[in-house]
Amino acid sequence: MGLIFSFFAVVALGVIVFIGVKVAGLRYLFGVIIPYAAFFAFLIGVVYRVMQWARVPVPFRIPTTAGQGKSFDWIKQNTIDNPSTSIGVIIRMAFEVLLFRSLFRNTKAELRDGPQLSYGSTKWLWMAGLAFHYTFLIILIRHLRLFLEPIPLPIEIVEALDGFFQVGAPVLYITDLIFLGAVTFLFLRRVVVPQVRYISLAADYFPLFLIGAIGVTGVLMRYFLKTDVVGIKELTMGLITFSPVIPQTIGTIFYIHLFLVSALFAYFPMSKLMHMAGVFLSPTRNLANNNRAVMHVNPWNYPVKVHTYAEYEDDFRDKMKAAGLPVEKE
Amino acid sequence: MADPKPEELLKIDFKPHRTGWMDTPTELKKGIFCYAGKQKSLETLGMPNPRAWAVSDEDWKLPENWQEIFIEGLRERVSKYRSFRLFLDICVRCGACADKCHYFIGSGDPKNMPVLRAELLRSVYRKYCTTSGKIMGKIAGARELTTDVLKEIWYYAYQCSECRRCSVFCPYGIDTAEITILARELLNLLGLNIEWIAGPVANCWNTGNHLGLQPHTIKDIFEMFVDDIEKITGIRVNPTFNRKGAEILLVVPSGSLFADPGTYTTMGELLLFHELGLDYTWSTFASEGGDFGFFTSNEVAKRLHSKIYEEAKRLKVKWIMGGECGHMWRVWHQYHNTWYGPVEFLEEPVSPITGTKFENAKSNKTVHICEFTADVIRNNKINLDKKRNDNLVVTYHDSCNTARAMGFFEEPRYIINSVCNKFYEMPPNTIREQTFCCGSGSGLNASEDIELRLRGGLPRANAVRHVHKKYGVNMLACICAIDRATLPPLMDYWVPGVNVTGVHEMVANALVMKGEKKRTTNLRGDPLPGMEGE
Repeated sequence: MGLIFSFFAVVALGVIVFIGVKVAGLRYLFGVIIPYAAFFAFLIGVVYRVMQWARVPVPFRIPTTAGQGKSFDWIKQNTIDNPSTSIGVIIRMAFEVLLFRSLFRNTKAELRDGPQLSYGSTKWLWMAGLAFHYTFLIILIRHLRLFLEPIPLPIEIVEALDGFFQVGAPVLYITDLIFLGAVTFLFLRRVVVPQVRYISLAADYFPLFLIGAIGVTGVLMRYFLKTDVVGIKELTMGLITFSPVIPQTIGTIFYIHLFLVSALFAYFPMSKLMHMAGVFLSPTRNLANNNRAVMHVNPWNYPVKVHTYAEYEDDFRDKMKAAGLPVEKE
Repeated sequence: MADPKPEELLKIDFKPHRTGWMDTPTELKKGIFCYAGKQKSLETLGMPNPRAWAVSDEDWKLPENWQEIFIEGLRERVSKYRSFRLFLDICVRCGACADKCHYFIGSGDPKNMPVLRAELLRSVYRKYCTTSGKIMGKIAGARELTTDVLKEIWYYAYQCSECRRCSVFCPYGIDTAEITILARELLNLLGLNIEWIAGPVANCWNTGNHLGLQPHTIKDIFEMFVDDIEKITGIRVNPTFNRKGAEILLVVPSGSLFADPGTYTTMGELLLFHELGLDYTWSTFASEGGDFGFFTSNEVAKRLHSKIYEEAKRLKVKWIMGGECGHMWRVWHQYHNTWYGPVEFLEEPVSPITGTKFENAKSNKTVHICEFTADVIRNNKINLDKKRNDNLVVTYHDSCNTARAMGFFEEPRYIINSVCNKFYEMPPNTIREQTFCCGSGSGLNASEDIELRLRGGLPRANAVRHVHKKYGVNMLACICAIDRATLPPLMDYWVPGVNVTGVHEMVANALVMKGEKKRTTNLRGDPLPGMEGE
């Protein structure tokens, strides 16, 4: 249900903009108003969500320790997977955020005759995840050329490297290929692996379809349905300088692409995509394992009713005395 | 109830149902769930909604406004625990956690995948606490909280041992233990505890320990230990109780006072500390290091736990040593300082035997007994004859909590390697931070849920089986009281021929003591290697 719903939701988005631009000619709406609205929704939404999380206290220090903790001098600590200092935590987080270290540990359990349970290393999800996120990032960086004039050298370099193989004209970007491949893999995995299909919601398919559609429309625009690049840059520069213009030469495909990107931006803060910000706040990862050395304070700690020693002794005094155990009150 | 045969249990169907999980009703199966908390147990601590009820009853006798209580409780907790809020919000359902759970591996039940276990509650959170869930309902993964949904949440909250293995593999560190700990808190607002937790909690409140051992009984138990020790070693040890002015307060899980093989661990501790001449005391009041309150709610955990520091203060000891126990150390390491601290009335722990400062425990002043002993051995303060353990081929089971809440890996291994000659590790994906639960943790070590325990224990048992076949391993060492109680039946079921031991039992067997008689048997009364004819 989630799959079909999400698929048609993305198709509907495409149809809306197609009709809106092609039939109704609402270029200013789809070229200026919606992108602005989506961008600010993204900004405000993300900040709001992060503030919302940050406001919630961290009552207990609960790092998941994935290596030897700090102990005696003669026992080697695993400072990355079980940090005891802030620097250690930063390194752990860097590995987590930049290299998906936890996902790298992934194994696949198999029950064979014997019985023999085995846990083979499986890196596919990690590889696809990493490929997806990094190519997405590079593509995003490449798009900065549309918002900067003159185009800064680092962006030129990224583009040059990305198009290193010089296949065809316009030059084929490797990231485009890897990106679409990774999205496809992540989607197929959801459909093919029975357990993953079972847990998948519309909220999982929708962003995949949306991001996939953004990729496809981008590729179509760049390699097949050539649009007026100069016109697009005029539009994007207009947006960034808050003096929007709508050149009449840009094809509908661009508006579809832009609208889907806007949809992604607007959808982002209210979706699971917020894991991008959330991972930084995860208490099992971003806290040092120094609980016994440094006291962690719970801001809402409150006194509780306890059973005191005096009450205990009152309950058992005679028995304690008979057993020769010391008592406070005779 | 006859246990199912291993061949039967191994017919595990990993295919999920054809219908979506929200549309697949959950049947509460005998052998999987634990019995309902008794009225009396709940009343002892003044817990909500005490009454007689049974899991198999259609009517769980919930308070009239139970939905309101649950939802309000949920709203309160997402505003008090960042972990809870975040983990409900950011899961992307990548499924990396799915086959990391021992209950899923052993049962194939899709709702035992950590991600889906969390979704059971997450769907309710979406419905009542998020805008998209309120508006879009099912398509946004939200659902109404009905009695069936509540029962389902209950059923699966008590099929998670809070071992945190999934959290090691999650790219965002989502910890299902956080979800089920708080789910159990919510369920307790409605009086839905299980008796195997509620009973020990009530005992602990009354007597200071889960087993309900009264002060004179504890003294009697130790007298038996002392007699047994004298028979075996010729040495009469002289433990003290509730003694003011001792240097160290020793607190162990009460399970180690009551049943084999945990009792041998306690005897081992008595021998070691006697040999060292350690100035320490036991307490009949702080007679429980573990805390089943932790499986009930944060508040109950704290209510039961305060006695440890209170007793240390009353007895004017310098610092506290904690025995071999798993969840106890999760609580001691990650919680009790925060609940109780700062503990200014104690001193920063220093070993009186070696002078070593336990820098890593300088704030909460509690030292793990394996840290203490490893340091003693490292400094050559005791004589050890490893050959006395030559009848043992040993492997070591990292308990979940010391592994994933402390990173306590090398200390026990150092001790084991110092006291025995034959030690073999289980496969790397089943030890250290990837260790598998015994299948009975977090208060699920009852007898009525034996099928759940045998299923959940399969991955651990299977790894033991591997080294049993390959190296002839016949002894599974561990540093957890629940392990010592639950691994023996698990081994008998899946890997007959493997026994279970605490680490300090092996230490005491290898310990060459001043003035001891020629030892012919170990603490269990079995002949030592080469002494079979004596």
